[in-house]
Amino acid sequence: MDMNQYLSMFIDESNDHLQSLNEKMLELETNPDDLSIVQVIFRSAHTLKGMAATMGYEDLASLTHQMENVLDLVRNEKLAMQDFIFDTLFKSLDALESMVEDIINGGTGKADVSLIVTSLQAIVLGEIPSPQGGNTSTKVDEVKDNMNHSIQLDEFQFSILDQSIMEGHRALYLEVFIREDCHLKAVRAYMVFDLLERSGEVIKTHPSVEDIEQEKFDRSFSLYYITQKSVDEMKQMILNLSEIDKVSIVELDRESLNLMGEMSNSSKEVAATAELELEKTTGSNVLVPQATTQPTSQAPKEVVKTNSGTPTRTIRVDIERLDVLMNLFSELLIDRVRLEQLASEARNHELTETVEHMSRVSSDLQNIVLKLRMVPVDTVFNRFPRMIRDLAKSLDKKIDLVITGSETELDRTVIDEIGDPLVHLIRNAVDHGIESVAERLAAGKSEVGTVNLRAFHSGNHVFIEIEEDGRGIYRENVLKSAIKKGVVTEAEGAAMTDEEVYQLLFAAGFSTAEVISDVSGRGVGLDVVRAKITALGGHVTIISTPGKGTNFSVQLPLTLSIISAMLVQLGSEKYAIPLTSIVETGVIKRNQIRTVHGYKMVEFRGVQIPLISLSRIFSVPDFDESKEEESEIIVIRKGEKMAALAIEDFIGQSEIVLKSLGKYLPQIKGVSGATILGDGQVALILDPNEFIK
Amino acid sequence: MGEDIKVIVFKLGDEEYGIEVDKVQTIERMVPITRVPKTFTFVKGVINLRGVVIPIIDLRGRFSLPLIEYTESTRIIIVAVNEMEVGFIVDSANDVIDLNTDKIENPPEVVGGIKAKYLQGVAKIDEERLLIMLNLSEVLNKNEIIQLESIEE
Repeated sequence: MDMNQYLSMFIDESNDHLQSLNEKMLELETNPDDLSIVQVIFRSAHTLKGMAATMGYEDLASLTHQMENVLDLVRNEKLAMQDFIFDTLFKSLDALESMVEDIINGGTGKADVSLIVTSLQAIVLGEIPSPQGGNTSTKVDEVKDNMNHSIQLDEFQFSILDQSIMEGHRALYLEVFIREDCHLKAVRAYMVFDLLERSGEVIKTHPSVEDIEQEKFDRSFSLYYITQKSVDEMKQMILNLSEIDKVSIVELDRESLNLMGEMSNSSKEVAATAELELEKTTGSNVLVPQATTQPTSQAPKEVVKTNSGTPTRTIRVDIERLDVLMNLFSELLIDRVRLEQLASEARNHELTETVEHMSRVSSDLQNIVLKLRMVPVDTVFNRFPRMIRDLAKSLDKKIDLVITGSETELDRTVIDEIGDPLVHLIRNAVDHGIESVAERLAAGKSEVGTVNLRAFHSGNHVFIEIEEDGRGIYRENVLKSAIKKGVVTEAEGAAMTDEEVYQLLFAAGFSTAEVISDVSGRGVGLDVVRAKITALGGHVTIISTPGKGTNFSVQLPLTLSIISAMLVQLGSEKYAIPLTSIVETGVIKRNQIRTVHGYKMVEFRGVQIPLISLSRIFSVPDFDESKEEESEIIVIRKGEKMAALAIEDFIGQSEIVLKSLGKYLPQIKGVSGATILGDGQVALILDPNEFIK
Repeated sequence: MGEDIKVIVFKLGDEEYGIEVDKVQTIERMVPITRVPKTFTFVKGVINLRGVVIPIIDLRGRFSLPLIEYTESTRIIIVAVNEMEVGFIVDSANDVIDLNTDKIENPPEVVGGIKAKYLQGVAKIDEERLLIMLNLSEVLNKNEIIQLESIEE
């Protein structure tokens, strides 16, 4: 069967499922006991597996299958979610994503996933510090403390040890004793683990890692460990840590391992009769058969039970078709305006009525067409929680990401382009902005840094802000670095405002980080970010308080292709002013204009606001409001600030189609584009934001 | 052996200029032009060409030739180069000729008041007629204009 026709559907849906898997996993991580989330994850994984298998992507299917096995245990409360399970599942998601990516790029979606599959299998087989379900764990914990210190290894752990010995690694059995007078045993234990994990792999511990972390152990703990280092080296390393009393290390060979295996198996059987041991063994016995049964057999029942959040009904449309629709509609709109003009000239009642009806229908149509192209920024934001989580882990920082306004809608074209710049800015905020835990504590801040990601509408712009409460930008550091790199001279630097200095961060080949990390700081990036945002017709501003934090604010045009505007006349010229930035229109007399410090001001609702002469700014040849006794004004607003634009006459309100001025003309201050009026003439669209400083 | 190309011939003053036909989209009569403030002096404004807004350059202004009143024969030649669409106002445009690229010779320093770098070459088409081929990429080179304008300021 030819699968190509299903390929794009497969890709779209896989991406959706991967995205929702990522989201739900994050949700689960903060809320590990919520089994309803596990259900959703399980279903997504299951669907993904089914699709991948149908399409013949074996690796994809087998990896999802293993994930499903793990999830199945979790949702049946056979397995409690733990950090390392999360990590493994996240790694699996990454692998799945790269496979899907490969398929998108025309690849076969093949990847070596054996490592991840092995660790997933390990989880299923019970290579878990404490595999018991929540209800039995406390009892077992108590029991464990009284148990003798030999560790029970399961089949899988044996095979790992066995294999590593075969491959020339050393398998060690360590018993670490902590000094009796030690106050923070858990911390010492943690340091031991930290040390061990740097040069090898811990296979199994007794008591479990969780219990050790919670100081539920006496003086010693023991573990199986695989490393390349010699026994003496290890001993020395561990003893170098303070408050460690002694370490006993036994190197295992295959023979002793086999012996141990037999012993532990027989002891298990024997223990089955003992009441205390019973719970533990049944716990792990139930685990294995459960994992191998097909999860589908149980799925339907569960689905009905917790059918949360049915997705909205949608169809997928090629974005190009939407663009064509949009263009056709703009043509129609120009004709509509023209028709309205003709009808008002013809003064034919029936014609006017028909045209009016058509206008109403077309404005409804316009709303729909515009909405079709709008996409919530969430589609970009949704990948950031995961990114922050990973970044924070790799940089060893603690970071809280707070997203607000993710429902804010932006034009599809902007959404498509804005992702990469935002990724850069966020990486930058996490890497350079937020300090390490130690630094934060030293500065008297809470150890968890906060990154605020905000999106909101203002006028006909959308703002996306990335604000962190990190170390802030120090003017001197930026200047020093810029001067050293020859971006500015010392004299130039001294004359710059803070904002101008911050903008230097966007200069090509600029990086102030003292240590270059692999996250950011390669000196490429911020300049690319600015270039991209400028290309979208937006710009970035930086507000920073040294020691308190930094705010990168990205202003983006709401590149709506159709906007409501007020058409005005200045002499023979017509201009369009977007309604979104107009507060009010009015008429003022010449004697109402005051001059303050050489600036003309008028009073507007009790406030003095500047009167801006459009005719002077644009050197309009045949109009000058200063000769008029009375002049019409349009009060515009940018944020808190307002100003009045003097014009000659209002023409009226109209829906206009935004057109670009073409690639040849450079950006003109105060002009955001052009539109075609009903009579076929071009009128420039003003950008009032530029007039208010 | 050069190839045969078709060339649109237009006039500025007494000189005849040529642009390869595949770079020309259409030739239009004068239409009302919307002035665009705060831009290059030789940019006359923008027009609506079947729903597309196109900037219009007065070619005389671009080459710093004396400006003249627009007449009945004034034409706008819409060209597309490097993904830019631009209209040139010329005195007249009323001929298409075949030209062999071998006939195009390197231009002298200045022809008809236009610097050599804006020119692709000069072709002799008759005993009397000299056709000046424009180098459109240079004519529309913005970097150079920006420098030029800042010197003027």
